[in-house]
Amino acid sequence: MDTPRLTRDDVAHVAGLARLHLTDEELDLFTGQLAVVLDHAADVALLDLADVPPTAHAMAVTNVLRPDTPGLTVDRAEVLAAAPSVEDHRFRVPRILGEAP
Amino acid sequence: MTDGWVMVIGLEVHCELKTTTKLFCGCPNMFGNEPNTNVCPVCLGLPGSLPVLNQKAVELAMAIGTALNCDIRPSTFHRKNYFYPDQAKDYQISQYDEPINVDGWLELPDGFRVGIERAHMEEDTGKTTHVGATGRIHGADYSLVDYNRSGVPLVEIVSDPDLRTSAQARAYVTELRSVLVATGASDGKMEEGSMRVDANVSVRRSADDPFGTRCEIKNLNSVRSVGRAIDYEAGRQIALIESGDRVMQQTRHWDEDAGRTVTLRSKEDAYDYRYFLEPDLVPLVPDADWKAAVADALGMMPAQRRARLADLLSDAGSVTDARTEQVATVVDLGLDDLVVEAIAGGIPTALALARTANEAATDPEAARQLDTGSYVALLSMEAAGTLSATQAKTVLAELLAAGGGDPSAIAREKGFEAMSDNSLSATVAQAIEGNPDEWARYCAGEDKLAQVFIGQVMKSTRGQANGKAVVTELQRLRG
Repeated sequence: MDTPRLTRDDVAHVAGLARLHLTDEELDLFTGQLAVVLDHAADVALLDLADVPPTAHAMAVTNVLRPDTPGLTVDRAEVLAAAPSVEDHRFRVPRILGEAP
Repeated sequence: MTDGWVMVIGLEVHCELKTTTKLFCGCPNMFGNEPNTNVCPVCLGLPGSLPVLNQKAVELAMAIGTALNCDIRPSTFHRKNYFYPDQAKDYQISQYDEPINVDGWLELPDGFRVGIERAHMEEDTGKTTHVGATGRIHGADYSLVDYNRSGVPLVEIVSDPDLRTSAQARAYVTELRSVLVATGASDGKMEEGSMRVDANVSVRRSADDPFGTRCEIKNLNSVRSVGRAIDYEAGRQIALIESGDRVMQQTRHWDEDAGRTVTLRSKEDAYDYRYFLEPDLVPLVPDADWKAAVADALGMMPAQRRARLADLLSDAGSVTDARTEQVATVVDLGLDDLVVEAIAGGIPTALALARTANEAATDPEAARQLDTGSYVALLSMEAAGTLSATQAKTVLAELLAAGGGDPSAIAREKGFEAMSDNSLSATVAQAIEGNPDEWARYCAGEDKLAQVFIGQVMKSTRGQANGKAVVTELQRLRG
């Protein structure tokens, strides 16, 4: 392959979006591994799939629904006890940079 | 609008759906509860929890699509990934490239049609409160999160960029609100955040020019804010261009108190959401029967209801601009059934409309609950002259406060019974006795002297008499 499907910079960018801090060695490792995954996708793309409809899910199932009836909620004290920081019955989180997307 | 410039406006309206539970879990969908009491593993994003789609939310979304003349199509759900604590999962489940409703339109009261690009389903976020010196995000020390709202079902309605003035944008939001309430999908309470508006605004020198660079304005929580923010933003953009600068594509925040928009982020900071299909949800494919059932269950939309009243007005030959406005008012407040019932009950069209648009409308909540029989009985008394307009309004206020009742009993309690025909005759007779000369001249044809007798009767009834009824009695006695 002349042009790589995936560069080290692509991997660094995606890792950044996912807040993953990768070392140089890890970047090399994952760039190689992810390239193999993309190569496999490229193999599939070589097949003649003109007659195969696109699928949105591994199972051919649609309209899985539940009635609009209340279920169980969890106890607030129990939930908040599991949080690292709590104030005023709410989850306390570090200062957020930037507004909500 | 500054001379020679044209605005281009598109609106995105988020509407919370009036379901009992959230979109993907059974937690109550309720505004105003204690923080973090309506939460479960699904809406807290705990590992191993799985979302299951709420059927009622789907049906309300389909009802919105039907009311907005959309195609209802097979759809899928995606994960929209971002790092912000208003979603505990770090992603929001939303419809992306295959939304449930596409290609519709909404007709405004003046007949202008606004295209609807899409109306898709998604989940609402939790509520963050920024704690620190300013109370605003910049300069906050930390934030507090309440996940009660996280996972509440939303439909986001995206208009085409068809709107050209802030007045038109306000008319669109007002009409859309009425439609959403009429479908039963929304309570329409903008002040509680159950309807939230973002506006995309750009300007150009002429309608023939291509679209200018647009800015998106967030945080428009009332119809008034929509109008003010759009006018401010268009003015800002025009000033920039006229001073030789250019408009940068930005997301801006509307500051209601300061009356201006401020930068939130520029296009360069645009989020990379890495949308991908939500693997835990399967496609939603409504069949023709389901769509037909939703359409059949849909009541009349505001436009149809306005037309119904306009027809009644025109049948009665009493169309005026003021009455057309009254029609808009009663339809907007959901009081048009009251008017229709009153007219069917024999009440003159203009009276039925006026009492509903002017008096009943002062407490629309109570008026919607009002027993129609009591209302028609009251208006009959006014139409027959048994009660004066002032008295009828007083009795109506009582009926609204009590949620119904017997209007003649209330009238008696208020001492309005002096207005019965017999006692009115007696009062008129007294007035005639006291003014024999005037009576002779009135009988000789000086009609304006009726005022003398009306004045006397009003004085002795302390204003409770009906002027028209007095004239009728005078004419009867004159023969």
